[in-house]
This record gives sequence, C-alpha cells and structure tokens, in this order.
Amino acid sequence: MELLAYAAFFLTIALTYAVICLGLNVQWGQTGLFNVGVAGFVGLGAYTSAVLTTPDVDARIGGFGLPILVGWAAAMLVAGVVSFAVGVLTLRMRSDYLAITTFGVAVTLQLVFQNWEAVTGGAFGLAFIPRPFAGLQSQPFAFNLSNLAVTAAVVLAVYLLLEHLLRSPWGRTLRAVREDDVAARALGKNPTRIRLQAFALGGAIMGLAGAVQAHFIGFVAPGNFLPMMTFQVWAMLIVGGSGNNRGAILGAVLVWAIWALSGAAIAELFPADQQARAASLQIVIIGVMLSLILLWRPQGILPEGRSRNRLRKKEPAE
Amino acid sequence: MNPQAIVEGLIAGSTIGLGAIGLTLAYSILRFANFTHGDYLAWGAYFTLSLTGFLGGLAAAFGAPLAPFSFGLGLPLAMLGGMVMTVVLALVLDRVLFGRLRARGAETIIIVMASFGASMALRSLLEFIYTARPEYFTKALQIAQPIGFGMRATPDQLLVIGVTAVLVVALHLIVTRSATGRAMRAVAENPALAGVYGIDTARVIRMTWIIGAALACVAGVMAGLLVQIRPYMGFDLLLPLFAAAILGGIGSIPGAMLGGLIIGLSEAFAVQIIGAEWRAAVSFIILVLVLLLRPQGIFGRGAA
Repeated sequence: MELLAYAAFFLTIALTYAVICLGLNVQWGQTGLFNVGVAGFVGLGAYTSAVLTTPDVDARIGGFGLPILVGWAAAMLVAGVVSFAVGVLTLRMRSDYLAITTFGVAVTLQLVFQNWEAVTGGAFGLAFIPRPFAGLQSQPFAFNLSNLAVTAAVVLAVYLLLEHLLRSPWGRTLRAVREDDVAARALGKNPTRIRLQAFALGGAIMGLAGAVQAHFIGFVAPGNFLPMMTFQVWAMLIVGGSGNNRGAILGAVLVWAIWALSGAAIAELFPADQQARAASLQIVIIGVMLSLILLWRPQGILPEGRSRNRLRKKEPAE
Repeated sequence: MNPQAIVEGLIAGSTIGLGAIGLTLAYSILRFANFTHGDYLAWGAYFTLSLTGFLGGLAAAFGAPLAPFSFGLGLPLAMLGGMVMTVVLALVLDRVLFGRLRARGAETIIIVMASFGASMALRSLLEFIYTARPEYFTKALQIAQPIGFGMRATPDQLLVIGVTAVLVVALHLIVTRSATGRAMRAVAENPALAGVYGIDTARVIRMTWIIGAALACVAGVMAGLLVQIRPYMGFDLLLPLFAAAILGGIGSIPGAMLGGLIIGLSEAFAVQIIGAEWRAAVSFIILVLVLLLRPQGIFGRGAA
C-alpha cells in the first residue's frame, strides 16, 4: 500500500512535468522557439496561484484565500502575458536572442522570488497552499490517488486541446512557419504573429503546470525553480520526441523515472557527506544524454512524423 | 553618490568585458550564442587553481607574495597553463559536439541547445570534482590604497584593470592588422564568400576558440582573485556576458569591452542605490533596453 501511495505520488509529479513539456512542445516542437527560461515561467505560475489562494497572513501582501481553480486560471494568464511580452521583444530578431532573453527572464524571476519578501515570502517561500482533496490527507493512498486523477485530467485536457489545435488551420500554419518562413509569408501568413501566439500559449501552459505542482506539493520556494528544472524539461522533450505530444508526455515520465532512480542509487551508494557532491553527477548524466541524443537521434523516441525534417540535414527544396 | 562605485564598476566591468569578447567572437564567426562560455571562465579559474597548488608544492618561492600584490609568481605561471588547458577544453568540445553538429548542417538553434546541455554538464562536473565550497587563490588580505578623487583600490584591482587594457589593445591590433584577423572578419562577414577566396575556415574557427577560451580563462582568474572561485561563477556571469556582447554590438571587440564596462558600472551603482540583492537584474534590464531601443548594439550594423 505504501509502495502504491509512492507510485501515485511519483506519477503525479511526473505528470506535472508532462504538462510543462506539452507547453514547451508548443513553443519548440511545433514552432521552433528556444525557451531557456522554462523554470521562470513555471515558477511564475506557481507563485501567482500561491499568492491568490493561500490564507491571509499579516506579514505579507497577498493571501486572498481564493479557490484553487481561480489560482490555476490566473497562473495561466500571468505566465501567458509575460511570455507574450518576451515574444514581442525578441521574436522579430535572430532566433538565439529569444534564448538569451528567456534565460535573463528566468534569472530575474528567480531574484524576484528570492528578494520580494513582501509578496513571495523570500527564501522560505510560501506554505499552506491549499491542496486539492485536503480532507483526505490522513490517508496517503487515497489522497495521492485522487491528486493523480486530477493531474492526469489536466494532462489529458491539455493534450486534447493541443491535438485539436494542431489539426486546425492554425496548427498547419504554425508548422508551415516553422518549416519555411518565406513560403508561409508568400501565402499571406504573418509568421511573427503566429509565433507570438504559440509562444504565449506555451508559456500559459507552463504557468498552469507550475500552479498544479504548487497545489499538489503545498508550498513553493525559489529553490524549486532553478535552471536545473529548465534543463530537465528540455531533456524530457528531446528524449520523448519534440513535435510529438505523446512523446512529450512519455519523455517526462521516463526522464523523471531516470532522475528519481539515479537519485535513489546515489543515496544508496555514497556516504551522507558525499551525497551533495554525487548529486551533481546526476546532472552530468542528463547533460551528456541530451548532447548524445542531439547528435545521434535528434527526433527522440517518438518522432513527429513525416513532415519533420528540421533536425536533419537541410535538403534542397523539392 | 560614492565615487568608490566607479572603481568597483570598472573592475567588475573588466572581467565581464574580457569574458564577453570570446562570446561575441564565437557569436559572429560561429554564429551561435554559446551558453558554455561562462563555464570556460569557471574551468579556467579551477585549472589555474590546481596548477597554482601544484607549483606551490614544487617550490615555496612560487607561493611567496610578489609585493605589492597578494599572490606569488606561481599564479601568473599557472594562468598561462590554465589558458592552454581552457583552450584545449574548448577545442575538444568543438570537435566532439559543436563541430559535428555544424558538419551535419544542424540549425543554429540546435547548436545553442547543445551548448546549453554541455554547459549544465560542465558546471556540474566542476561541482563534482571540486565540490561547491568556494576556493581562493590567496588568503592574504590587501588594504585598499587611496588613488585620488576619494576612491580606493588594492594593487590587485589596479593590476586587473591594467592587464585588461593591454589585452584588449593587443587583441584589437591582431584582429585589425594581421592576416589572421582579416580572415576572421571575412568569415564573420560572409563564410561562403570567404571560403571561395581560399580562406581556411577551419583555421579561423580554431583561432576563434583559442582567443575566446584564453581570454575566458584570464577573466575567470581575475574574478577568482578579486572575489572567489565557485563552480557557479561562470553561470552567474553568463547573463552579464551576453548583455555586454549584445550591448556592444555582436562581433565588435571594442563593443564587448565597452559593454562590459557599462554593465559593471551600472551594477556597481545599482548596488549602492537599490541594494546588492538586485545586482543580477541589472544586466537583464540593460539587455531589454538594448533590444527595445537599439537591437544592433552600440557598434553593430544593420539588422540583428
């Protein structure tokens, strides 16, 4: 029973990552936009929802005690709006300006989480975030299972929405813009506008994922949104297969499993005083894995399908 | 306003500027934003630290401080070795990762992503080898001397500014006057055309890494000497480096240096006015302003 409760807990966390991955897939997989600040957008969603839904505390601003669903919606809105602004700033320029700017966004948001104590609680973060099915907390299995169901429902909803969008004319335009900017423009499409929409949509989904995760764990702190998270999510999407929504979900669960298992192995193998040091090996492993996949199997486990040729050598137009 | 901020800013700016030169060269010649560049600074500092320890073990004379500086003869010697090792690291990484992706004709953004993954791995590897505990080149304390206009600086700090000035002038002469420099500018301008004219592109790429990594090592050692050495030191400098390179105009060596100094000074004044905890946001604000107002940077030309 305990093992099952843990399995449900593990899967719930993995599925929150799957939502982030789906958001990144809209930006990168479908549109080719490189976001190096994933953790910042996730954190923004988590903090937004936490500030709105936690009970009122004297020492800080916020704590409005609003329902969880309002928190989720606000998280999407705020993360989406910030993504939109970043997009307006950078999308008309070279593709790596977006990478540099999103990197800066994540660094700056990290500072805000850390230093704006009146709202974010500073280094200690925010606790007492309402958890769905809080009444069941005395029974870990039932509690974890019901939260797993909620998170799975979110994943399913986002997945179905994205699949629907990608089959729509909007999704086709998106891929057209990614594959050939000039041709899409010649057909009367506005590449910058559609990229902007995709970037904001992806950011909103990341914000939602942050809120879902924050409400499941029950607290947020700046340390949860380090560049490490960005890196893990990228590894998940690339391993699973960028461009493929099922690949994004599969990659999230798989890489999270590798992460949890290697963490457990390190806890077993290394003495307590060496564990912090050995934990850095986990990151080396994921970094090497990411580089190897980019070199040897850039399409990931579940490739996007026949329209995909971006990662391979560019062929002359047929 | 405390004039001391000017000294602090110029010193921090020297480090940022030297680091940004390598970044801006790689960006204009190899055409990608290299996220591993910050880690070259950190690796350079750690290489030098290990060599200093090795030299100090060989002969005590290497450790004895060279007045008026806080470090002995061992440090400059070790830094030369550290520069060579950092260059080797950059060339190896280009051979096994970036070069292969280039040869396959991968898009820029894939190379950027690979550099992002490699940077995470390099940084964590440092943490594994040396642990996260900060290290120092020297434990000696230096007293800041008055240098006029109400400002004070230690001999080490003045040396950093001097070395930076010499390196930048020398590099500027190499790039503007020598055949190698002309070849580099030609490849930055138009790689295909440069190839047609018989310029050895592979050699130019090698030169770019050699200059960038060697300067990164010097910048890392300076940051280590003035502050401390940590595995994350390069990562923390990455945003200032990018901001300096873009502010100066991609590909411009004087631009990167000037950008670095502007960022260093802005940070120093921000620390006085708003507080040290917001220091890291300064680069971001400058980056956003540049992207809004003059995306091509101070010395840049045309569309970014």
